[in-house]
Formats: sequence, structure tokens, C-alpha cells
Amino acid sequence: MSSPDVTLVAILVDATATLGAVKSMPELEQVKAKYLGKSGSLTEQLKSLGKLPPEEKKTTGAAINEVKSQVETLINDAKTRIANAELASKLAAESIDVTLPGRNPGIGGLHPVTRALERIESLFATMGFSVADGPEIENDYYNFTALNTPPNHPARSMQDTFYLANSEHVLRTHTSPVQIRHMQAQAEKGGPPIRIICPGRVYRCDHDATHSPMFHQIEGLWVDEGISLADLKGTLTQFFRAFFERDDMQIRFRPSFFPFVEPGVEVDMEWENKGGKIKWLEIGGAGVVHPQVLRNGGIDPEKYSGFAFGMGLDRLAMLKYGVNDLRLFFENDMRFLSQFR
Amino acid sequence: MKVSVNWLKELVDINLSIDELAHVLTMSGLEVEEITPVAAEFDRIVIAEVKATAPHPNADKLRVCEVDAGTGAILQIVCGAPNVAPEMRVPCALVGAKLPGLEIKQAKLRGVESNGMLCSAKELGLSDDHGGLLALANDAPIGQDIRKYLDLDDVYLTLKMTPNRGDCLSMVGIARDLAAVTGRQLRIPAIPEVAATGTTSRPINIEAKSACGQYLGRAVTNLNARASTPEWMKRRLERAGFRSIAPLVDITNYLTLERGRPMHAFDNDKLQGGINVRFAKPGERMNLLNEQGVDLQPNMLVITDAAGPVGMGGVMGGLESMCTLDTQNVFFEAAYFDPDVIQGKTRTLGINSDAAYRFERGVDPFSPRDGIEYATQLAVKICGTPQTQIGSITEALGDLPQQVAVRVRPERVVRLVGMTIPTEEMIVSLRRLQCEVENIDGALLVKPPTYRFDLRIEEDFIEEIARVHGYEKVPSVAPVSSLPMTSIPEGRRSRSSLRHAMADMGFQEVINYSFTPESWETDFAANTKPLWLANPIASQMSVMRSNLIGGLIASLKHNLNHGEDRIKLFEIGRVFLADEASIAAQPERIAGLAYGARFPEQWGEGGQKGVRADFYSLKGELELLLHGLPLRIEKSSHPALHPGRSAQILVNGKPVGVIGELHPQWQQKYDLPTAPLLFEVDIAAISAARAPIYQPISRMQAIRRDVALLVPEAMEIQSMIDAVNALKLPSVIEFAPFDIYRGQNLDSGKKSVALRVVMQDTDRTLTDSEADSKVSEIVEVLSQKFGVTLRK
Repeated sequence: MSSPDVTLVAILVDATATLGAVKSMPELEQVKAKYLGKSGSLTEQLKSLGKLPPEEKKTTGAAINEVKSQVETLINDAKTRIANAELASKLAAESIDVTLPGRNPGIGGLHPVTRALERIESLFATMGFSVADGPEIENDYYNFTALNTPPNHPARSMQDTFYLANSEHVLRTHTSPVQIRHMQAQAEKGGPPIRIICPGRVYRCDHDATHSPMFHQIEGLWVDEGISLADLKGTLTQFFRAFFERDDMQIRFRPSFFPFVEPGVEVDMEWENKGGKIKWLEIGGAGVVHPQVLRNGGIDPEKYSGFAFGMGLDRLAMLKYGVNDLRLFFENDMRFLSQFR
Repeated sequence: MKVSVNWLKELVDINLSIDELAHVLTMSGLEVEEITPVAAEFDRIVIAEVKATAPHPNADKLRVCEVDAGTGAILQIVCGAPNVAPEMRVPCALVGAKLPGLEIKQAKLRGVESNGMLCSAKELGLSDDHGGLLALANDAPIGQDIRKYLDLDDVYLTLKMTPNRGDCLSMVGIARDLAAVTGRQLRIPAIPEVAATGTTSRPINIEAKSACGQYLGRAVTNLNARASTPEWMKRRLERAGFRSIAPLVDITNYLTLERGRPMHAFDNDKLQGGINVRFAKPGERMNLLNEQGVDLQPNMLVITDAAGPVGMGGVMGGLESMCTLDTQNVFFEAAYFDPDVIQGKTRTLGINSDAAYRFERGVDPFSPRDGIEYATQLAVKICGTPQTQIGSITEALGDLPQQVAVRVRPERVVRLVGMTIPTEEMIVSLRRLQCEVENIDGALLVKPPTYRFDLRIEEDFIEEIARVHGYEKVPSVAPVSSLPMTSIPEGRRSRSSLRHAMADMGFQEVINYSFTPESWETDFAANTKPLWLANPIASQMSVMRSNLIGGLIASLKHNLNHGEDRIKLFEIGRVFLADEASIAAQPERIAGLAYGARFPEQWGEGGQKGVRADFYSLKGELELLLHGLPLRIEKSSHPALHPGRSAQILVNGKPVGVIGELHPQWQQKYDLPTAPLLFEVDIAAISAARAPIYQPISRMQAIRRDVALLVPEAMEIQSMIDAVNALKLPSVIEFAPFDIYRGQNLDSGKKSVALRVVMQDTDRTLTDSEADSKVSEIVEVLSQKFGVTLRK
């Protein structure tokens, strides 16, 4: 019988080789039993300790335990290695084609006019403007009289304005009636400051390539003590720069006439046309609110002043998104609308 | 209005380039829309006479002409114009002349030498008429530069006029304003009085004194109405857009153009007795000089003689009393008519009138006398004969408008404009505008000139001060104002959040017209009394919509026609409900439509085309849209929807909208391959939800029991849920269906409904037997109430 030392070395050499080659967990269990099982080689070695003289028991025992611990380490290493390999092959088997398209319920979108509107609303909101709303079928007073429109003004004619049959009511020709209604409501709640924008559908008897009988306007009104034409210019300059994202955009005022403002201005903005040439483009009407209009809104024109402006919302959207035909906005063609998602 | 730059420069001392002038005018409120040179750019085109013409040997349509262009030699020129003829005087481009895109060279045309080109109006850039050579007068000086002869070195500006500036509807008016904004000198020729030489006159009376402030008349006799209108006058009229007709009419038009002073010339021999200015009487009729018969209304002002109306005051003269080429004696009218009386009349009659256009905007009430004198002067000069006699002016007065002085506070000017303008400058500006200004203790007392109808209140003068100072100088200021915070309830659902929720669920927003065909109202709303427009633009836009469904169906159709097969749409907009107080019944609604496959076609589960949107998929989307609201869906009927597949939507027990499948009848009528699903909801009813309030989370285990019940096919699941909820079992926290089964192994007329009962107590875990007994209790109640049985 060889000495225990020689046997132990042999066991360790054998275990190192065997465990290094083990490929699966069941195999590992078998190999583990071969060394550490009930009749495993190391177990046998430990059992044989009892036959040794006491003085050898200690040293031999320590040697066996040393080898046993090394074998256990080898077993654990093998276990980790096998687990890693098994995981790797499981992951490999589970791999998918990530380039296949994702599944989705489909995306919708906003109409370009409301898309532009929401942007305008949020820009004015940063300046403290809130959104005001009002009826689209209006009476003569709010649509015309309260806004200083003279009794025989052509705007009141049936060539320009839609009337309801057998009625004095009109389809509002601008969103200005909302300004009057809002001022009246605000006057009862303590008066200015008033800072609103009024977007919405408006109607005029025009139908050709550049006019739609229904279109959208956005108007603004700011009434407080000491509000001036210069404030209007400042507000609109900031708006156009923000909306078109052009920090150097210039606007200019030209004298013009609208019955509800005095002084009245036409607003031009610098615009680069397709040839790269910069020219002035008429973009809206504005002015200092006429004192009679303030009075009609229940506001004292000696104490307060204000400015108002109005622009074509569809036109702003056309310029912003490069749309060249107004009619596209009302055809509701998905090939057009889906471009604004 | 079309304005000659050369003429304008005669009237006001300006030395500006065309572009500078256009800018000054635009920035002063007279917007220049177009800049048009009278003629094209060319040189070396002179007046020539065609001496002789002969056929071209090699071309039927060409002529070989001998031309005297004043060069000292006779030129041989080949010409293709059909009207070329001997003795004709025409423009001739000499060899070396440069025309747009063309240089005239000595050349051979079909083998015959040609030394120049005879020109049509088109080649000179005068008009598009290239039908023949431009025939010139027989006395046109041969050899003279055509630019000089036809006054072609002029540019016309097309001005866009705002309705408040009636004072600028003439050359003098524009010159006056230009002088004011530039501070330059006016050079308007004074109008001398023409002394009376004859005795013919006509009495004048103004009955409608408030409508007619002044009426002046003068007879001029023994004129030659067949005289020619001088070229300069013809040219000025025609280039400004007036048609040259005959000298007497041309003279009155010329006064309108130069002075903004509408006039009328009657044939004096066709008037009887005195002139009276009054409102028309009921039943009166007259023929206007445009040959239109008019039933006069009592709000129309007429000029009458002893026999009746001979003209509509401020609008147009009468046919029978108008001047013709045979007229010898003329009666000139110059009057002031009140704008309010004239406004709207041409629109009512459907006519154009240069006079009414000006009177309704305001003509200087003190200009009639100058007008009469000027017209007399021109008539004598152009149509005068040795026998011509000038009558004295007769005049009647009505109520002339009074110019009222207005107090203008310099500090208010500065405050409203937002820019410092010295008071002295304000005074200078106002005086340049020919206002009378007095400075009384720091406030300006300002009286406008009589031709400015638009200067009535302080703000009007503030605008004028700013205008003369220059709108370009208005600074851009960031406004300073108090900034109260706007209070917005947390539960508020904005339109924007609804829009985005819909878009995120795959719906595309559309915008449809608010006016629709009448049939949409009858079909989709059974509305037999829609709100009609009095003046629709087209029959398919004649009634106001009371629902959004018609528009969605139209948008669906449009896109189906363009090849789409899966379409989800929504719209937010007002609808219009006939109501006693119709102004209040304009609720805003949101409507959605789903058509075709539920999901876009894609690989894998659910992406097949066969899985179609149905009532429940749209209902699910509606539930997501309205999440957080106490929502209830109850079977109901709606004219647009399938009676077995439609429901009303209730929030807090109140009906707020409908959902369902399009009625097969409309599917067929509107030619849709399958029926779309639709919903429509009032926005006001869904825009306020509650903000969340925390409920303590139970730490106890929840127990779930599933039961399958055999239920009559027609029974609504909601009734079982209601019955269970009515039991108010404290620990039952959920009772909901999770599967429906129909099959041959079930009794006919029954469906199997699998329900989930979830129970949880707040302070202890329920035992299995407690849970079982609660489920039994539920089944027992349902069985008693509805006859349902447990499915074995």
C-alpha cells in the first residue's frame, strides 16, 4: 500500500483533470460523489484515519482535509463554469432578430393648424396670456356695433358676411367679439389687467384659391394702465421671433385703419422668399384699442389703455410649415395631415 | 388708386427716387401695392410716317415699307402688321434701338433688306395689344422721340386706400398728405374764378338739408361737345383707370381724379325748371346713365327738376338728362352729400360709381365752388366756341358739417404711442396736416381741415402725430404690467389634453367646415329644421352642423378614395343647435371615428388585417379618453347609428354623448365598404374631473374567486354589476367580467360569463370559507334576480 501522501497527490491530480473536463451538472454530481461521496476516494481516506497511530492521525488528517478543501474548490469552480456555460447557451438560444419592426397601436396626430395654435398659445402663456373663447354665431352688436363698425360698413353686407336665415345673427367674421365679451366679464370682476388671446374659427363670404369661407384667426388683447403702441411692437416682435425661431426677425408697423383701434397699424414682418430675397410680408392688423371699444367693454379709457392684434392662424401655420395652398387645411387628406405628426 | 409719379412731382416739391417715394407713401399709410412703368425700357424709337407700302416678293403676310423717320433719308423697313398703310404715323425703332430682349439691326427679312422696325403698343410695353401698329395722330412730329411724345418716362404707383382716407382719393389729396409727412412744399395750382358772361341760370332748392349741405350749379352755353379731349387729359385719365369718353364727361372725371371733387354735367336743355334735392318718393323710378332702371327707395337721395328725378345725388346722373355729343348747353353740378346718405347705395344697386366711392368716404364740403370754377375753365378751354356764354353760379345751402376743435393732451400722446415726442413737434406736425392748433395751458386745441372726415377724437390726432413722426420710429418695448397668476383647477381637461390623448391613441385630427349639406343634418341627426344660412356660398355649405359626424364620414370617404384602408379620425369643434336663444346653443364637441383594422398591419399577434375595430375597441378608447370621470354607457338609439350597436354616454348620470356603429342605411348610402365606429361627446361635460385624493392602501391579502354564470343572451352585464354593487358588500372590491363564451355545449339563448370577484378586508385577511360564502351570496342574488345559474 502506498503512503497516504502519494495517494492524496494522485487523488488531487486526478480530480483536477476530471473536474476540469466536466461538462454538465449531472456529470459534476457523479464526479463529486467519486471523491466526496459515501465511498468516495477522499471519504475512504478519512475513514482509514482511524487505523493510523495517533501521532500520524493529526498530520495525515490535516493533509487529507487540505486536499478535500482543494477538491471542493475545484468542484465549485466547475459548478460556476458549467452554470455560466449553460446560461450562455440558454441566452444564445433565446436571442431574437432585433431588427424586426416593433408592434404599435398606430400613431395619430394634430391638425397643422391646431399644432401651430398650441404652440402660439404656449408662447403667449409664457407672457401671462390666457385663452378666451366665445360663440361662433354672433349677434350684430358683438360682431360689429361694439367694435365701432359703422351702420353702412361693407363688412355688414351679405356679400361679405354670412347671415343666418330669418335672423339678425351672423357667423362671426373675426374673433374680436370675444374681446368685448371678455372685457365685459372682466369689468364685473374688477377690470384690468386683461391679457388674452382669442383663437378660433371665423367666417367670410370668400371662396377661391387663397380664401376659405371658414378660416382661423388668433387675436390678442392686453389692457392695463399705460399700455402703448410701443408695448404692442415689443410683444409682437418677441412673438414672431419665438414662433418662427428667428432671433433677428424685424417687424414694422404701417399706419392703417380698423374701426376698433386708433391708432391702427398694419404689421409687416421680414420674410425670406424662395429666392432668398428678404421682403416685408403683411401678417396682421393691430393697434391701440379705440376708446369707444373700451367703453363698450365696460372699461374707462381715461384710466386704462390697451392694444389688440389679429392674425390669420392658417397663414401663420402655412408660413411656419411651408404649406403653399390654404385649401389643403380643409381637405383632411391623410397624406397631408400625417406629415405633421 | 393709380398715381402718376411725374404728376405727383408737379404737385409737391419732392426729390425722391421711385423706391424712396413708394416707401414714404407706404409708411405714411398709403400702401404702394405695385410700381408700374408706363412703358418698357427702350431707346431710339421715334415717330415716323409710312410713305408707301409694297408687297413682299417672298412672303404674303409681309409688306415692304418706305418710311420717313426724320433721319433725312427714306428707310426701307419690312413690316408684318396687318394695319400698315401709307400716310400712317407710327413708332419706328431705328437701327441700334434697344428694346427688352431685342436689339434692332440692319437685316434681311426673307431676302429683303430692313432698316428698323415699326412698333405696336405691345413692343413699347404699353399694353398687350399686338394686333397692329400703334397708330399715332396725323400731326405727330416726325422724328420726335416717342418717349417724349407719349410721355412714357413716367411710373405709376398703385395705392391701396384704407376706407378712412377719403381725402386721399385724388392727386391733390395724395400730394397734400405727402407734403405733410415729408415737410415739403405743395404746388397745387390755384383755381381762378371765371366771371359770368351770360344770364342762363337755374334756381336750386335743397329740401333734404341734412343729406345735402350745399348744391352749386352753373349753366355754360353754346359749347362744342364734339371737340377732342386734349391728349394730356386723356392720358392722365386713362392711365389712372378712367375711360375717356367725350370732353364734357372727361372734364368731370378729371376733376374727380385731380381734386377728388365729383361733378355732374347735365344737358341743360333736357332739364325743366328748378333743381330740387330731396329723398325719393315711394314708387319713383328712374334710368341711370349706365342705362340701368332703378326703383328708387325713400332712403335714396335724388336730384329732381320740375318733371322728376334727373339723377341720384352723389351716385349717378340720369340717362335722359345726360350730356351727349349733341349737347350744346351744359349745367354743371357740384354738391356736398352726407357720407351716411350715400353709403351702401351702390352696393344695393350693384353699380360702380367713382362719385359715390368718394362721397361715401367724405368729400370736402367746401370744395363745390372750386369745382364749378375749374370745370367751367376747362369746358371753355376745350369745348368753347365764340358764342360760349358762362352763366352765374346759383347756390343752395343745407346743413354743412361743422369742424369741431378737439383737445389733445401731449402727455396722452406720449403715453399711448409709448415714445417721447416734443409738444412743439406735435404742433408742427398737426399744422403741416393743415389743422388749426392752439396751445392752451399745455393742451392742444386742434381743428382738422374740412376734408378730413376721420379726425374726430383725441386718438385720431394721436395717430396723425405718430404718423407724421413716423411709425418706423415706434420703439419695441417689453411691456410692464401686473402679473396675477391664473388659477386653473387641477382636474380640468383642456382641449389640448383631449387632442393629445386622441392623437396618442392613433386618431388623426381633422377640421371640417361648420356649414354642411342639408342631407347630413337629416341623415345623421334627423334634424328637419336645421339652421339655414341666408347667403350660403354653395348648396353643400348651406346649413350649420348640429353634429360632427357628417364631417368625419366625409373625411373618411375622401381618404378611402385615396387608398387608405385603416382610418382613425377625430375633430373638436362647435355644433349649432336651433334654439330660441340660438346664440347660446353652440356646444363644443369632440367626435371620433375608427374604421378598418384595429391595429396597423404588422407582423405578429394582433397585427393581422382581420382584427377590426369594433364597438368595444372604440369604447375602450373612449374610456381611456374619459378616464377619471364617473362614466356609464347605456343602450340607446341615435339616427346616425345602428340601433343594436349604439349607446349613450353618461357622466354623473347625465347624457353627454353617443357611441356606436354607423347605421347600415348610411353605410350603404355613403358607399362605405364597412361601417365605421363613431362617438361624439360634449366637451363641457367632460372637461372637469376630480383631482386625485389618496385612499389608504390595505395591507391585507386580496382573495380572487372566478365564477362562470350561464346568462340569457339578451341580458346586459351592467345589470349584474349594478345588482352586485347594490348589495354594498364591504369587502368586495371588484366584480367584473373577464370572459364571454358562446358554444354549442350551452343551452340555446345562453352565454357563459366568467366573472372575477376580488375581496379584501381593510383590517384582516379573509378566510377561504368567508370568501366562498360571499361568492355564494352574490350568485344567489343574481340567480334570484335574473335567473342566472352557475355553469357546471
